Amino acid sequence: MSQTYLTLANFAQQAGVIFFMTIFLGVIAYAFWPKNREKFSSAAELPLKED
Amino acid sequence: MSIQATSRSMSANEVAWAIAAAALTVLTLFIASKATNPFYAFHMIVFALAGLAAIVALGKRATSGVPAQAAQEINGKPNYNYGPIKFATVASVFWGVAGFLVGLIIALQLAYPALNFDFEYIQFGRLRPLHTSAVIFAFGGNVLLATSFYTVQRTCQARLAGDIAPWFVVLGYNLFIVIAGTGYLFGITQGKEYAEPEWYADLWLTIVWVAYLLVFLVTLWKRKEPHIYVANWFTLAFIVTIAVLHLGNNATIPVSIFSPKSYIVWSGVQDAMFQWWYGHNAVGFFLTAGFLAIMYYFVPKRAERPVYSYRLSIIHFWALIFLYIWAGPHHLHYTALPDWAQTLGMTFSIMLWMPSWGGMINGLMTLSGAWDKLRTDPVLRMMVVSVAFYGMSTFEGPMMSIKAVNSLSHYTDWTVGHVHSGALGWVGFVSFGAIYCLVPWLWNKKIYSMKLVNWHFWIATLGIVVYISAMWVAGIMQGLMWRAYTSLGFLEYSFIETVDAMHPFYVIRALGGAMFVIGSLIMAYNIWMTIASGEAAESADAGKPALAPAE
Repeated sequence: MSQTYLTLANFAQQAGVIFFMTIFLGVIAYAFWPKNREKFSSAAELPLKED
Repeated sequence: MSIQATSRSMSANEVAWAIAAAALTVLTLFIASKATNPFYAFHMIVFALAGLAAIVALGKRATSGVPAQAAQEINGKPNYNYGPIKFATVASVFWGVAGFLVGLIIALQLAYPALNFDFEYIQFGRLRPLHTSAVIFAFGGNVLLATSFYTVQRTCQARLAGDIAPWFVVLGYNLFIVIAGTGYLFGITQGKEYAEPEWYADLWLTIVWVAYLLVFLVTLWKRKEPHIYVANWFTLAFIVTIAVLHLGNNATIPVSIFSPKSYIVWSGVQDAMFQWWYGHNAVGFFLTAGFLAIMYYFVPKRAERPVYSYRLSIIHFWALIFLYIWAGPHHLHYTALPDWAQTLGMTFSIMLWMPSWGGMINGLMTLSGAWDKLRTDPVLRMMVVSVAFYGMSTFEGPMMSIKAVNSLSHYTDWTVGHVHSGALGWVGFVSFGAIYCLVPWLWNKKIYSMKLVNWHFWIATLGIVVYISAMWVAGIMQGLMWRAYTSLGFLEYSFIETVDAMHPFYVIRALGGAMFVIGSLIMAYNIWMTIASGEAAESADAGKPALAPAE
């Protein structure tokens, strides 16, 4: 029982770290991707755009 | 108005809504006739009356010549739908004043228990959930409905989806508020903090919330602007997560369809864990993500400056929503909840420092190049102070989630002080700022008196400071008194001695609360005068302190 718990907990912790770090790095890459620079700087002006 | 007042027959859409309303009326009347509890029967009759009112309104809509489907565009410009937003804005002012007032009453009841008047319907235990729900869900909820519907239309350059659905969302939500609030006074409650409404109110809210999600999603779908602005991301996260939380924490089975009482399908520590997963994410997604959407639209708009860093807003968004969802267990330190789960909650709470402060910096720095406006524009000042309070309470919160700190702060009035620096300072002020922006924009009027906005700002700010300092002192003193031992190992103070010691601070707290209420009354008067008799603004850019350069 305790062995099963430890195995499961270890797996969950390690997989969790990898999973969340990958997503987080993905978000950073998306935010800083040079190609997106233009898109984001125009998006920052969106509230000021009048119709 | 150039609209011809010609009567027409009801459209298929209107007929479908009317049939749904009729079904609700018949069903609720049937339940009312067999209800086991008179208050429950009363609630069912309220639902039935709402159904009848909806049928009458739909019939009037057809006969008074309102077109069955509003034009999506007029002269090539989006034909924005402001009606439901106006209703939600006015409702938010009304519920705000009501909710703050009930808060003041219970603050006075704590200081002077005689104010209970031995009358069961106004006991602290019944008024307290009325206060929290009125300020969070009634005031805050209506602000979020109004601002999200406004922001999504303007940033998508598209009319709100649906003709009747947005009205259903706004009116249905307020019906939920009435049912929930009166229920607490009658003693109908699940007894779970921030999740007090019983099963039938929860069911109704679920229907309304799904309609809200659909209206929002379809409006996004129709957008003319290719990029989905970050404020809409926050709103969408708020709507989706609240739906998940609401369904998760209210997995109850009613005793009978004729009874207001229900029981949750799990119990004990599982129920507690679910409750605080719900409770903390009501803070994280209702009171934070939803209001950050306001920050990301209204602060740049009012300051006439672009968002300081759009990249930071993206990281802010993803980090915030991934971290918040795990933080709930910090409400259950030193309980039957497994230790590792408590530590997990604490760890994620501390990590939340990063996105919270990233967001605060992003909001504040949006003013770079426009700092002078803080001197001249009290509305912008209100929003900036709210962002500062956001930073302060999101610093305090993670600190209090640390087990060692929590062992002192938990169950004391320090928690109450912390909540109010977030609720009055952050949520309250960013909402007031948004209301002072929205009313002139929606009604195309100038604000009645900027001087009164300034008065509101200063009275309410001082009130908050008085409130939270009193609660810090009271809470820390209370925590220290609870844990004080004599040299023989006995508790030094009896419980009633700690209550007695807190009395002066309860009086000071009520004073701070009274100042906040006075501020909100000033706002209500100002908003009323603006709508009723305000001067028309010269241009479509109503309410803006200066005109933006032509593009």
